[in-house]
Amino acid sequence: MFFGKGHSACYGCPLPIAVRNVLEALDGRCFVVNPTGCLEVTSSQYGRSAWGVPYIHSTFENAPSVASGISYALEVLGRENEGYVVVFAGDGATADIGVGYLSSMLHRNDNVLYICLDNEAYQNTGNQQSSQTFLGASTTTTPAGRVIPGKTLRRKDMIAFALAHGTPYVATSSIAFPRDLRRKAKRAVEFVGSKYIHVHCPCPTGWHFDPSKTVEVARLAYETALFPIVEFEYGRLVRVKKIKRRKPVEEYLKVQGRFRHLFKHPEGGRIISELQRIANENAMRFGLD
Amino acid sequence: MRKVVRGFYAVAYSVKLCKPNVICAYPITPQTEISENLAEMYANGELENCKYITAESEFEAASILVGASATGARTFTATCSQGLILMSEVLINAAGMRLPIVIVNTNRALSAPLSIWNDLQDSMLLRDSGIIQIYVEDNQEVHEMIPQAYKIAESTMFPTMICMDGFKLTHAYEPIDLLDQETVDGFLPPYEPPIKLSIDEPLTFGAYAPPHCYMEFRYKMHKDMLNAKNKIEDVFKEWGEIRRDWGGLIEFKEGKTVLVSLGSLVGTMKEVAKEMGLGYLKVRTYRPFPYDEIREALKDCDNVVVFDRAVSFGYEGVLTIDIRNALYGESPNVYSFIVGLGGRDVPKEVMEDCVSKVLSGRAERYRFEGLKDFEEVTY
Amino acid sequence: MRISLGAVSRPLESLNDKTGTWAVMVPRIDRERCIGCGECYMFCPDCCIEMVQEDRKRYAVVDYDYCKGCGICSEVCPANAIEMVEKVIE
Repeated sequence: MFFGKGHSACYGCPLPIAVRNVLEALDGRCFVVNPTGCLEVTSSQYGRSAWGVPYIHSTFENAPSVASGISYALEVLGRENEGYVVVFAGDGATADIGVGYLSSMLHRNDNVLYICLDNEAYQNTGNQQSSQTFLGASTTTTPAGRVIPGKTLRRKDMIAFALAHGTPYVATSSIAFPRDLRRKAKRAVEFVGSKYIHVHCPCPTGWHFDPSKTVEVARLAYETALFPIVEFEYGRLVRVKKIKRRKPVEEYLKVQGRFRHLFKHPEGGRIISELQRIANENAMRFGLD
Repeated sequence: MRKVVRGFYAVAYSVKLCKPNVICAYPITPQTEISENLAEMYANGELENCKYITAESEFEAASILVGASATGARTFTATCSQGLILMSEVLINAAGMRLPIVIVNTNRALSAPLSIWNDLQDSMLLRDSGIIQIYVEDNQEVHEMIPQAYKIAESTMFPTMICMDGFKLTHAYEPIDLLDQETVDGFLPPYEPPIKLSIDEPLTFGAYAPPHCYMEFRYKMHKDMLNAKNKIEDVFKEWGEIRRDWGGLIEFKEGKTVLVSLGSLVGTMKEVAKEMGLGYLKVRTYRPFPYDEIREALKDCDNVVVFDRAVSFGYEGVLTIDIRNALYGESPNVYSFIVGLGGRDVPKEVMEDCVSKVLSGRAERYRFEGLKDFEEVTY
Repeated sequence: MRISLGAVSRPLESLNDKTGTWAVMVPRIDRERCIGCGECYMFCPDCCIEMVQEDRKRYAVVDYDYCKGCGICSEVCPANAIEMVEKVIE
């Protein structure tokens, strides 16, 4: 067992789904680095560790650097065949507080598989916005008020960020498609150097939907093209997960409490059409339709 | 082999002899040339089984070493000042995780105002971090301290920081008796980590501790840090037998009036003590703090004169606070002179002046010595 | 209480935490309907579904000691073989 029963993640949490599938795909031969966040606090309490693979947590922002350090040590100690260095990091650790260190790791092209588990906010501390929070989402630090309709900025594009560093393997995946995630994890480790996979992980607690709907919400994000599923090798787009019948973004928004205000707020219509524009842009950019 | 070299080289050469596996640093004055020297050795293939990385910040340098050290590598970094405080979050974390990273801090003042020059405010700020701190007097001592620091770090499982004064030591040319590989190999065995990240034994590093056990971990850390005093003394003693005896946790010469300091100021202090017929006390290990040794040494003298190069703003000199505490309930008068901040020169005359103030009963509890006249304005 | 060096923790001690006590609803798998596809296994956030092979039949089994009852398995089951029912506490 690589990731154990008895962890304390919320009902319907997407994170263990992603973690378990990646670890199984790689046969547990992983040195896991995990920054502070939901996954860390629900799996690494002293005396209650849920990890069956070597695991290290240091600080919130330094997971990429710790991972680099492990890969260097394995290399100089002649242990590089012992296993893969895999980071599981939240979106806040990846795109906000630790983005500089991720940049540095990608720049050096260190032999690390970096997996961002994106639940679009700081869910561990109760849904504060991150740079991965969608436009229009109501979080505790971008609450939907009488004047301001939730978050007013668009997401930081982490795929473009990873590609800009010349990262050999860059992909997105979703917990809605564990087979896709497994295949990508296996494919990723065939590359020497840095690998970046951004995994969409809808959070029932923070996004306000029923815990049984985690997979459905993830699937809707893909079906509306708000979360495109793509794969780049050496900077070239090699594969996309085509959408058979693309759904309007409202289908995705209406099932989540964090977007509920958009349907009655005076600014809501404008936000929804902007989100639709972003979805159309994704579909066009990656040829999803 | 005796050679005239600069402080940087005395450090880098000794680090090389200790055969670290991962060296990672970020340039900062006045540390930069330590990492430059190591980079050159690396480029020339002189560092075997070693990876040298220039990080993109000190924070990153320390973080890389956390990963490497936890995997079982022997590690090294050098930094100072803004760099040290930038990496402090990671170093404090490494102390709690008990990773034996060795750090050379080339002491430099903190901003603002920005100053690249020397005082001890940077390392003193990390006094309570769980990092072993050793202060050296000259470049021969730092050269010989590096193998000892590795042995201390790896036998106590605490990060160990050697503090050497920026510019005053780093940039100084001194004739150094360079160590040879055989001596260092005989003294410092390869690092065998008691715990490490491995697939065979998949441990969880960096677990969090709720209130029911956090305090026990911190107590253990404290107890181990106190016990580290014995281990440090053993290492110093062993070094004394194979190479040169530099003394224990403190170096002490008795007198009715005793001067106290640490770092490169000790050289001047010893000179003044000799000329004026006074005692002196050099603090070599600052954390763990040699409380008993200092209390025993100073309890019967009349005056203790501490030369401090770091301030606890709103209180007094940082070292003085500790010295006063060690002498609680004893009779010596303790005087604090805050000198040499931000590279202000501390010539013998300044120290002599301080001593004469003490001896003539004109000294206050603490005082900034060597200040110029100035007028306070808003801008 | 064991206090380790640097708070290093042993693997898989989470198994001592029987998170099944969280559950209000639990899945009931209809073995006849189960096609043994393993979807529920892959999606279970609590890692508490096992695929069991019995003669020529492969089917899913829930470890109720750990199941928190989120209901994801029931949602993803392509054979409609998983029903969420109220947990009975004896």
